[in-house]
Amino acid sequence: MAVKRAGFFTDTSICIGCKACEVACKEWNGLQGNEPNLLLDSFDNTGQLDAQNWRHVKFIEHLPNAGNQIEQPAATGGGQAWLMMSDVCKHCQHASCMEVCPTNAIIRTEFDTVFIQQEVCNGCRNCISACPYNVIGFSPATGTAHKCTLCYDRLQSDLTPACAKACPTESIKFGDVGSLQQLADARLVALHQQGYSKAQLYGRDDKVYGGLNNFFLLMDEPEVYGLPNAANAVLPSRNNLPGYLGGLVTAAIALIAGIVAFRRRGDSPPPSEPAPVPVGSAPSAPAESAAERPARPPRRRRR
Amino acid sequence: MLLAEHFVKAPNWTWYILAYFFLAGLSGGCYAIGALLRLTGRPSYEKASRVAFLAAFPLIIVCPLLLTIDLGQPSKFWHMLVDSAGGGLNFKYWSPMSLGVWALGAYSGFAFLSFVGELLAPVGRLLSGFLGRLVLVLGLVFGLFVGAYTGVLLSVSNQPVWSDGWPLGGLFLASGLSGAAALLLLLIPARREEMTISLRALGEADRYFGILEAVLIVLFLVTVAAAGTIGKLFNLVGVLLWLLVLVGVAVPLLTHSRARSFSPVASSLLVLLGVLALRAVVIFGAQS
Repeated sequence: MAVKRAGFFTDTSICIGCKACEVACKEWNGLQGNEPNLLLDSFDNTGQLDAQNWRHVKFIEHLPNAGNQIEQPAATGGGQAWLMMSDVCKHCQHASCMEVCPTNAIIRTEFDTVFIQQEVCNGCRNCISACPYNVIGFSPATGTAHKCTLCYDRLQSDLTPACAKACPTESIKFGDVGSLQQLADARLVALHQQGYSKAQLYGRDDKVYGGLNNFFLLMDEPEVYGLPNAANAVLPSRNNLPGYLGGLVTAAIALIAGIVAFRRRGDSPPPSEPAPVPVGSAPSAPAESAAERPARPPRRRRR
Repeated sequence: MLLAEHFVKAPNWTWYILAYFFLAGLSGGCYAIGALLRLTGRPSYEKASRVAFLAAFPLIIVCPLLLTIDLGQPSKFWHMLVDSAGGGLNFKYWSPMSLGVWALGAYSGFAFLSFVGELLAPVGRLLSGFLGRLVLVLGLVFGLFVGAYTGVLLSVSNQPVWSDGWPLGGLFLASGLSGAAALLLLLIPARREEMTISLRALGEADRYFGILEAVLIVLFLVTVAAAGTIGKLFNLVGVLLWLLVLVGVAVPLLTHSRARSFSPVASSLLVLLGVLALRAVVIFGAQS
């Protein structure tokens, strides 16, 4: 049965960094991928989410110290010595990308997911500047923005998205968001009971962008994974009011300044001249002929 | 103090956008100054306002072209205006890019009317009286909006610097007005005696706009510093650009006291360079 509100619950505590999700995503969606990028200092050679990578397994490596000794071996590291997280579009309830898109190319589907209509997108890249999760990428090949569709075509056929289907540890769980939230709550309790005190859910409630359809169980603070915390999970539109208000106040001050400068310097309007002044400069217009008169010396400036 | 966290990708808005912001600011500023001069009703300003209207339209007409070329799919530029999927018009007042496209269209119309009015006497006569004043006032409002919204467009994002600096709208407007005054000082023939009053008035206005810009630069830098992202604006290239900005803001104030010892042409060019440098450091710095 098709889900009403589709999403992923990604449990990072059981992610093994195998990248099967990345491969499955590329295979199903026909993504060629970028040129291999050997970063040398990490097992992460994908780098980031972009137009070719709709899934990205992040490796957050707490590296050995100078003596090549791991300060906190995994057994005592509280699950934080080597973090892995399969990152993806969060399909936010309050989506920054949707908010700023000027063409309405970004829509919410019948599965409550966020989808970029390729035939509508004109490649303005405003969504890229707005997405707080570094998700959306621009493809020079198509001239449009791309991101995870949550396998929209598979959802239409009542199939599980490719990444969740391929995940060998079931770190990526697909389903209706309500059911996934219950699952996540139970898992969090279990982890806390096992002593993983920093384990926390990210995007499960509405504190982050009204709730995320794709939410996570993290083993450390969100910032460690490159995710903004709740205080910083803010929409671009927050700056509309102060931005325009600042512009309005500036315009008012500038107008006053202009009027002061121009009224102090100019000669007086001719008394016989009708008040309305033509926009055009017809040679026969009174204003034009008046302008030809020798200018009076400027008034003395008031100190 | 809460520092902003940014984990975003840069939209790669570069030279076309820089050129657009520069020209739109100058055009909006030229129209606003021209309208203000004309609305004073003083004959001595007639020619200066005429130059302003003749400059405003050619400056803005390049802008849609720049914006279109910058798109990944230039042939779909009209999607900004029309909902190609659902039909009807696309107007999202909460998205500065959407609002800006409509405002740009409206402003270009007023700039065109005033431009033609200056060139063709019959149109000029048609635009006299109440209609003429209406065109001037509406063009002035839209011109100021076009000068300011580009800054708001950057602020309404989640990019470092841009979204941390809400004064950007006001700053770009003040900078555009200052640049426009400098451009008009450059374009108005200084040798003609009847232009002396206009030139002095524009010089005075330029100083006021420069002071306003300087205040807004400080406010902008304070907001960005409070968010902890100011470092992005001060890499090596950034420092050089800020020096140009500083010179551009300072020149109208300094030349006022040393008018005889400094070339007006060089002064105007330095102001314009400062206007360009300000937009460059904001656009490129945030994306570095």
